[in-house]
Amino acid sequence: MKTGRWLIAAGVADLFFLYLPIAILIVFSFNASKLSARWQGFSLQWYAKLFTNQALLAATLNSLAIAVLSTVLAGLLGVLTAVALERRPFRGQAAFEACLLLPIVIPEIMMGVAMLLFFVMIKLPLSLVTMTIAHTVFNFPVVALIVRARLRKLDPRLEEAARDLGATPWIAFKRVTLPLLMPGIVGALLMAFTLSLDDFIISFFTAGVGSTTLPIKVYGMLKSAVTPEVNALSAILVLVSMALVAAATWVQRK
Amino acid sequence: MTPPPKPTSSFPWLILPPAGVLIVLFGVPLLLVLAVSFASRGTYGGVEWALTFANYTSIADPLYLRIFWRSLWLAVATTAICLVMGFPLAYVIARAPKRWQGLLLFLVIIPFWTNFLVRTYAWMFILRTEGLLNQALLSAGLIHEPLNILFTDWAVLIGLVYGYLPFMVLPLYAALERLDRSLVEAAWDLYARPVQVFTKVVLPLSRPGVIAGCVLVFIPSLGAYVTPDLLGGARTMMVGNLIQHQYLVVRDWPFGSALSFVLMAGVLAAVLYYLRAGGARSLT
Repeated sequence: MKTGRWLIAAGVADLFFLYLPIAILIVFSFNASKLSARWQGFSLQWYAKLFTNQALLAATLNSLAIAVLSTVLAGLLGVLTAVALERRPFRGQAAFEACLLLPIVIPEIMMGVAMLLFFVMIKLPLSLVTMTIAHTVFNFPVVALIVRARLRKLDPRLEEAARDLGATPWIAFKRVTLPLLMPGIVGALLMAFTLSLDDFIISFFTAGVGSTTLPIKVYGMLKSAVTPEVNALSAILVLVSMALVAAATWVQRK
Repeated sequence: MTPPPKPTSSFPWLILPPAGVLIVLFGVPLLLVLAVSFASRGTYGGVEWALTFANYTSIADPLYLRIFWRSLWLAVATTAICLVMGFPLAYVIARAPKRWQGLLLFLVIIPFWTNFLVRTYAWMFILRTEGLLNQALLSAGLIHEPLNILFTDWAVLIGLVYGYLPFMVLPLYAALERLDRSLVEAAWDLYARPVQVFTKVVLPLSRPGVIAGCVLVFIPSLGAYVTPDLLGGARTMMVGNLIQHQYLVVRDWPFGSALSFVLMAGVLAAVLYYLRAGGARSLT
């Protein structure tokens, strides 16, 4: 049976719907006009303006610091979770797995509110630290899911063979399982990094004075006067995310 | 596939760090929200630990009920539109040659990982009074004065559908990809009309994907914050905005917490429905 023509047309229309707004944004970031809805020639002036904006630079550094730190922490916790779930089954595992999905499933605003309340109650001042903790919590289940899917496809007999040859459990894991898992881990870390870099709501609730991140900055710009600079910044953010996801998908193909 | 190892009798040390993080940094905060929802607001906006149900009873105010109602219908409408729009795309991907499927799926996944604020902003740019849509419609002579779409429920609906369409397509694809083609061919051979093939064969067989997709779209739509905040106006608040308003502007944390838990109840209802419909199996 052939897929109907109207079905293909509808599918293509969906893809256009998904990409057209992003494409328009990127095209108009090169628009010379300040009114920005009419095309008035190619220009890089909005990008040039971005790079001289000190506040934006500071926000970028904050975003990167949080993303790097929370990705490392989420990576450690996530890999540990994946290995435990797949190789060391324990009682109550099904319940744990359901709970592990909750940070991914519940609306972000709920998580933001809960984290804010928690940090205030334990009297931890809102700062880059609280944001990093929050990002780690929503990111490690994502890493766990991706790495576990990879681990499930590995033959456990490889590690068992290493054990039979006298390797300690740690050496067997380090020399056999870990290298085989690497593409999955790197892919998961890139995904976590992207999620952290792009997160707005949870960051918004856990940010303190002076810990503004890039998305919080973008939000501020969108809420006040929208200038063409936002288009340029948006275009950069979109392209960075796309590059990271493409890289994540590419490393996992092996 | 080798059989999974049996639960070992030794203590599960490996799971302790992640379980600890999950309990202390996620479970405890959620329980705190629940506890605070039964407390009262202190004089200066803090929390006073006096047991009360007032936060829940005050939700019954028509003002707040209207916001809940708007959130509910927007979430339901978003889910329905995503299903209708997502089905053809998922079907086309599932029927495409294998070497194309990866690329097509990748194209669906990319927007999902792209900055949500930016994707929402793209629609602000398109829909506003002097935006591209109005310019195009005006110069085509279809309208004579610009439409006011931005800052209405319509803009919010467009933004939600745009934001969550990939959530619908992915599980639908997973279900359709597994669908046995010969069953569809049998229906055609037996002279079923296209509508019958769809309603009697394709749709029932892809049910787990439909349910998973609907739940995955419904939950974030119900708790949306960014979309109604940027694309909606002051009169198109959703529950998410109300919670944010109570927490960060009014600083009535107990009431904000009660609102959060009513939202959580909606989310849990959706998740339970999903589990009871056997959805969990469709994801693994």
